Amino acid sequence: MFTVRIQAQDFDAAAEAAALARGRTDIGALVTFAGLCRAQDAPGGAPLIALTLEHYPGMAEEEIGRLVEQARARWPLVGATVIHRYGRMVPGDNIVLVVTASAHRAAAFEAAEFLMDWLKTRAPFWKMEERDDGKGWVAAKDEDDTAAERWA
Amino acid sequence: MKVLYFAWVRERIGIEAEEIELPQGVATVAELAAFLGTRGEGYAHAFENPRIVRAALDRRHAKPDTPLGAAREIAFFPPMTGG
Repeated sequence: MFTVRIQAQDFDAAAEAAALARGRTDIGALVTFAGLCRAQDAPGGAPLIALTLEHYPGMAEEEIGRLVEQARARWPLVGATVIHRYGRMVPGDNIVLVVTASAHRAAAFEAAEFLMDWLKTRAPFWKMEERDDGKGWVAAKDEDDTAAERWA
Repeated sequence: MKVLYFAWVRERIGIEAEEIELPQGVATVAELAAFLGTRGEGYAHAFENPRIVRAALDRRHAKPDTPLGAAREIAFFPPMTGG
């Protein structure tokens, strides 16, 4: 089962992983990655109050679906669930979930990392940060591009 | 053609979406971005550095030289910061 969901509401990472594996006997490796909203980027920096994620409805789901197809073409996956939230999030909140299932761990680990790396540079989401001193759009990081390009 | 704007491109232009008639000579993503940049102060600010602004044609990532062809929808936005 391959599922992509774009939603405002929270998700339960453990419940999503359990749902993907339920009733299956072909899964030998299940990798769950959750990306959370953190309070601090650098020691001593102004703490984050909240993040607001804007997205391109329709394209967000389609683009992540295309990334899942690429992952399936590359690794013998037997299931995957990707959930990306939008809206306002405070430190500690879930933002993104990637669950990958395969017979063996290397494929599940690598596919999860591939999906996260590409999702950061290709999925149409934009983060607005809110701190004590004001609001601002998060700038894209070169290291995210580098992380994605190593799979090319 | 329907044109959508996201994040700071949307903020600078001041609207989320609009319907535009493609002028003569505008056949690619980059040509449309250049044309939009001439439509006023907000547009000029949004497209001041055309190398930074990304585009999607009918919900697929497009390059500056991608022909607009028969696409119905184009979106302009900053580099993505999801995940």
